Amino acid sequence: MTILRRTLLAGAAAVTALGMATAAGAQDDKTKVGFVFVGPVGDGGWTYEHNQGRLAVEEEFGDQVETVFVENVAEGPDSERVMTQMALNGADLIFTTSFGYMDPTINVAKKFPNVKFEHATGYKTAENVSTYSARFYEGRAIQGLIAGSMTESNIIGYIGSFPIPEVIRGINSAYIQAKKVNPDVQFKIVWVYTWFDPAKEADAAKVLIEQGADVVLQHTDSTAPQAAAQNAGGVYTFGQASDMYEYAPEPRISSIIDNWAPYYIERTKAVMDGTWESVSRWDGIGAGMVGIGEITSAVPDDVKAAALEMKEKIASGEMHPFTGPLKKQDGSDWLAEGETADDGTLAGMNFYVEGIEGEIPQ
Amino acid sequence: MIVLEKRPQASQLWSLATPVVAVLATMVFGGLLFALLGTQPVEAIRTIFWDPLFGEFAFYYRPQLLVKGAPLVLIAIGLSLGFKAGIWNIGAEGQYIIGALTGAGVGLAFYPLEAWYIFPLMVIAGALGGWAWAMIPGVLKVRFGTNEILVSLMLVYVAEQLLASMSLGLLKNPQGFGFPGSRNLNEYESANSWINQNAGLHWGVVAATIAVIFAYVLLNRHMLGFHIRLTGDAPRAARFAGVSPGRLVLFCLGASGMLAGLAGLFEVAGPAGQVSIDFNTGYGFTAIIVAFLGRLHPIGILLAGLLMALTYIGGEIAQSQMGLPAAAIQVFQGMLLFFLLALDLLTNYRIRLKSREVA
Repeated sequence: MTILRRTLLAGAAAVTALGMATAAGAQDDKTKVGFVFVGPVGDGGWTYEHNQGRLAVEEEFGDQVETVFVENVAEGPDSERVMTQMALNGADLIFTTSFGYMDPTINVAKKFPNVKFEHATGYKTAENVSTYSARFYEGRAIQGLIAGSMTESNIIGYIGSFPIPEVIRGINSAYIQAKKVNPDVQFKIVWVYTWFDPAKEADAAKVLIEQGADVVLQHTDSTAPQAAAQNAGGVYTFGQASDMYEYAPEPRISSIIDNWAPYYIERTKAVMDGTWESVSRWDGIGAGMVGIGEITSAVPDDVKAAALEMKEKIASGEMHPFTGPLKKQDGSDWLAEGETADDGTLAGMNFYVEGIEGEIPQ
Repeated sequence: MIVLEKRPQASQLWSLATPVVAVLATMVFGGLLFALLGTQPVEAIRTIFWDPLFGEFAFYYRPQLLVKGAPLVLIAIGLSLGFKAGIWNIGAEGQYIIGALTGAGVGLAFYPLEAWYIFPLMVIAGALGGWAWAMIPGVLKVRFGTNEILVSLMLVYVAEQLLASMSLGLLKNPQGFGFPGSRNLNEYESANSWINQNAGLHWGVVAATIAVIFAYVLLNRHMLGFHIRLTGDAPRAARFAGVSPGRLVLFCLGASGMLAGLAGLFEVAGPAGQVSIDFNTGYGFTAIIVAFLGRLHPIGILLAGLLMALTYIGGEIAQSQMGLPAAAIQVFQGMLLFFLLALDLLTNYRIRLKSREVA
């Protein structure tokens, strides 16, 4: 018991010391914004786009801000140290851009009540911790429509990263629309358990292509699947997180682009103005957080028109990608005719919709 | 012409001096690399080596050295026993993962019961888990003569698959909204390895210290330690001295697996807090570098572990303060091993100038 009490006392003293250190660091008038990246800024996907957002913040505010970043930060204790280090060095606002940074962000935020934190794709908030994510599934619906129309083998390959709600939501959303335009469509899903590993992603793409897939969707961040599709020939792909336009007009026929710039600028401004509040933001195509990359000439005009029409309808709120009637994979009812999915269910989605084969790995 | 001449006996002086010279050479060539990247080389080196120890925020970084160094030292000590005897356990990363899984599994099985005996049970489970995982290559080697390097390395990937499966299934936090990852053990008093979080002190640090002392005594004062050294230096002589090679293989692999398993348990119950898909961050592989950097000597490993931790922490500071790319830091760490191995040549060979004509 004594050990415990001593721990608590020493802990309290050190936290005070940390708090004082930030007060000292925050004296200069530039707003300092930190970014913690899970991959390299040159990944051409997820981290690349977050870094574009960082550059947009610099562009927007010029001399008024200073941005810092650390790339390739492992999720877990390493990220906690990187965040603490940024806060100690006077960061006013820190964006932590991977799901696995969730608990570390909360831990560090507790020690630095005056620093604002923004955690991407998580669900834990605090007085000085916001969460933000994009409704990528809206883009997936459009991908599903195009993929379902383009496939001739009726087999669509899907490279999944981790079987988490975010990814499962994307699979369901794409499948629902693909099935609507092509009732014979079948999804083959491969899990690679990584967000960024060109070798593994390329292998997964090759396996899917060998199994007859002529459209490959990916929820991983490198361009390796695009390259694999190009080598195979006659296979279509979509850019993920970033436009990946270097593979257009074929194999890349469109893309989902994460556009974090408006959000990063807005939140930095809020810190500068002193109006920052903890929020849980989940924006989609309408707010401009999810962009649809150019649909190339490889796609027939009528398919392109249908895809663009869907984009408009989703943006305006006229259409929701998850609208009933929909059943779960096991045949049980999920959404009644005309009913749309609520955000709570979507956020924790851990089931496939009816028609998708295979099981979600447990 | 420059020729290498084998020394009749390994040079004591060079054996001690190479790590120091390697570090200095890394600083020089690393500085050159940083200069080519357009950063101030002296400032970069100072940021990496000086700031974490004596900079403005050293009060935070010094404890972090313990957090980052403890698993490295703990694993490297175990590996060094085998390496000394020519038994190559390359799969410490896998044993680290399994130790974390078994240890955390025991802890989570008791949740939410609070009792004093939970943490000790977790420690035992973690040690057993790592030991058992290392016994697979051990038994296969002794029984069937398989290559322990290959088998132990391959088992790392098996362990990673198990880790993913556990994070998504059996050990998944029931209150985690379907997201992967276990409950956070830092929020579970009885299953927590922290002693004093702000001082960077957890039971893994204590265990690493004990392991250093234990290994030192074993190697210098104990018959088994003599057998390990003898097997490495002169396998035939060891056979004549009555050393059973099979038992030695099992002991060395078992001990290193156990220590790696312990490192995993202390990490998951402390700094990491939870079992997650990306729980392992390469400690098991980095520890191989640490073991060699420390000359397979317990005290050397202790220092090498701290040095390695320093380059990690300093490297992160250099990234965010000076905008150095992560890859440059990795090259920098790679240089350290490269120079160490290159300079090692001088321990066993001396350079002789055969002819004076060449200037």
